[in-house]
Amino acid sequence: MLSAELLEEGQHLMAVCNSCRYCEGFCAVWQSMETRTVFEEKDLNYLSNLCHNCSECYYSCQYSPPHEFAINPPKTFAKLRVYTYELYAWPGPMAKAFHRNGLKVTLLTVLILVAVMTSASFLLGGQLFMTVHDGNFYKIVPHSVMSIAFAVVGSFSALALLIGFLRFWRNVGESYSTLASPGALATTAKDIFTLVNLDNGGDGCSYPQENSSESLKWFHHATFYGFLSCLIATTLGAFDYFALGQHGPPAFTSLPVIFGTVGGVGLIVGPIGLWIMMQRRNEEIVDKSQNGMDLSFIVLLVAISITGLLLLVLRQSAAMGSLVLIHLSFVMTLFLTMPYGRFVHGIYRSGALLKWSLERSRQAKSKASA
Amino acid sequence: MDDLSGFDVLVVGGGNAGLAAALSAREGGAKVLLLESAPQWFRAGNSRHTRDLRCMHDAPTKVMSGAYTEDEFYKDVLSVTQGKTNEHLARMTIRASTECTEWMGSYGVRFQKALGGTLQLGRTNAFFLGGGKAMMNAYYDAAYRVGVRVVYNAEVVALRVVDGEFQSLTALIDGKSTTVVATAVVVSSGGFESNLEWLKEAWGPMADNFLIRGTPYNKGKVLKCLLDLGMESISDAREGHMVAIDGRSPKFDGGIVTRLDCVSLGIVVNNKGERFYDEGEDFWPKRYAIWGRLVAEQPDQVGYCFIDSKAMGKFMPTLFPPFKAETIGELAQALKLPAEQVVETIKAYNDAVQPGTFDHETLDDCKTTGLKPAKTHWALKIDQPPFYAYPLRPGITFTYLGLMVNDRATVLMKGGTRSKNIFAAGEIMAGNVLGMGYAAGIGVTIGTVFGRIAGREAAMQALNPQAASLATPEVAIHAVR
Repeated sequence: MLSAELLEEGQHLMAVCNSCRYCEGFCAVWQSMETRTVFEEKDLNYLSNLCHNCSECYYSCQYSPPHEFAINPPKTFAKLRVYTYELYAWPGPMAKAFHRNGLKVTLLTVLILVAVMTSASFLLGGQLFMTVHDGNFYKIVPHSVMSIAFAVVGSFSALALLIGFLRFWRNVGESYSTLASPGALATTAKDIFTLVNLDNGGDGCSYPQENSSESLKWFHHATFYGFLSCLIATTLGAFDYFALGQHGPPAFTSLPVIFGTVGGVGLIVGPIGLWIMMQRRNEEIVDKSQNGMDLSFIVLLVAISITGLLLLVLRQSAAMGSLVLIHLSFVMTLFLTMPYGRFVHGIYRSGALLKWSLERSRQAKSKASA
Repeated sequence: MDDLSGFDVLVVGGGNAGLAAALSAREGGAKVLLLESAPQWFRAGNSRHTRDLRCMHDAPTKVMSGAYTEDEFYKDVLSVTQGKTNEHLARMTIRASTECTEWMGSYGVRFQKALGGTLQLGRTNAFFLGGGKAMMNAYYDAAYRVGVRVVYNAEVVALRVVDGEFQSLTALIDGKSTTVVATAVVVSSGGFESNLEWLKEAWGPMADNFLIRGTPYNKGKVLKCLLDLGMESISDAREGHMVAIDGRSPKFDGGIVTRLDCVSLGIVVNNKGERFYDEGEDFWPKRYAIWGRLVAEQPDQVGYCFIDSKAMGKFMPTLFPPFKAETIGELAQALKLPAEQVVETIKAYNDAVQPGTFDHETLDDCKTTGLKPAKTHWALKIDQPPFYAYPLRPGITFTYLGLMVNDRATVLMKGGTRSKNIFAAGEIMAGNVLGMGYAAGIGVTIGTVFGRIAGREAAMQALNPQAASLATPEVAIHAVR
């Protein structure tokens, strides 16, 4: 349940902001706020996820602390967001994971997975440290084992994320039928792909510090598109295996390797950039309780990319076997923690953007009919 | 505090006018020191509460729609000031306003796109993206970039002026008394609206019940010093911008969110439960400007606006929720008003309301008959529960008593002689253009225009006094244009 204290903080924020409205030119949050007069929990849940944490409003605010109104939109929204992550988590008891997914837990998970896989490999008579001259890591972990394990974990994560999204959608007052709105979906995709809310017409935003900067947008782009590129690489790899019957390691010039390499570089540059910005950001506007969640997500992405790229380079050496296990353990941990960590921001923020797009077209319609 | 000597131009007060002056003096090649009395986070005086500026333009611009000609602008000035203006200075300000947004933009100030803005002022006014504090943040960044030296927590307490020539001033910097010398000075330190003693001197005991909407740092000390040193004054200590705001607002610095604009949708009573003025007399700008004074004249300087559920949602959301009850009597009791009288006042009003077609966008035909005072527009019966009420108090936004200047922003002394090296910009001289009344965004316009002139003139005075003394007023204006 949303604590009375945080509900009150959110409502106070909205009361001040909606009677001021100076920030209306900054982003969707304020434009959407202006269409409301009452702010219940569901409105706060929606608006907090619509916030992209650019922080321009904070520095522009006449009422930020030490002013007695003590308005701090990025921080209040951040606290509300993590509350919504817990609220929508599936299965329910996993909500607690949002506060226990720090670096230690993540690394422990990786270690356990490495240990389990190594033991399994030895028990099954696999020769982990043998040099596999053709670089075929399916000799270490058979393709069937890999596909089944990841299909199970991946499906579970996908299901958990989907249920979370649907819970969000209902909670903020939308019905499932509104999801099928091609126009709104297209606008939302554009908003996501361009991060228009992080970039005031090319002016950047006030993160990590007050000075206008576009770093947040570009490092996020590197991460997001890197992730997407890796997804494409995996899909293409699966296609090559199943449809084309290419069971050996893909060539360096093959599409899966190219997409994987580009994605891997993006997933090193992006998250490290975001990490550096975390070190430089203004602590006043941060909900520090979420640092662990952010850090573990960053570490996982970077570790997956580094081990993945190493694997590509060293796939014909004796290190390949252990690298495969380590790489797969990191990937498996990412899949396991995805529904209970920073990754979900993408799900709910996309949902909030979709709702905002729908709201705009409804307003346009009601204006036209009036 | 390290060395504060060797500056050509000293700017006192770091609001919009002060920063415009500092940047403009830098453009003129001067070494500039700016003293700001507030701490960094609360810097920029009332400019941090502003949102837009009024600009003349003959065709749509990136940030304003339509056209707003010199004559229309001047007509608006005449109308709000009821003629209490200096036509030469007003027209000069209006003409120079055409360049303001571009000049501000060159220092990083961002504007909302045309047609934005909640107040339907998109034609006459340009709105800062993120409001006045964002505008000032951009200005300060620019000032640091071009090498203006800024000192915060620097309150000027005394000036040394000999024969109209500024020599030095004393400032308390972080509480420590420091003497600062410079060749020319620009005073842009605002009015005296947060100086409670001075307000009381001007208004009498009723001033105790005034709320100050803006910064607590505008004490008017520099203004007082200069008036005491023989500078000519303009306007009057009781002139300024006073509006009726939510009575629950903080004493200082409540800013825009203290606004209440439901007066025209209901009726207003004093604490005896009696009406005292036509709530439907006029539209927002005028209504906004007069109701502060109307409430100030009532006992204990309070008013209570009563509306019913029909009015809800028809005015800007308020910071504090309204008082609410199912009957007028209960509502009056909750406000500790004489319930019987309030009930009777509202009954008399309801009985006097004539049928009409309500239209909040025009001066409609909904009015009362036989009621004193009448409500001449937007008069609807207050009969649909639940009923709501907001307490009102006078909120001072700024004061107009100031320094008389010429069109080169030079401060004039009693008898009309020009000061040699004292220039003024912003609220401290706004009374030259606005003897009374107010039009949204005009304060920032005056501050920007005179700030630029003052900075340019001060730099010229400091670096090239001979040329400065030869320059004609027209040259001064063209230098800015």
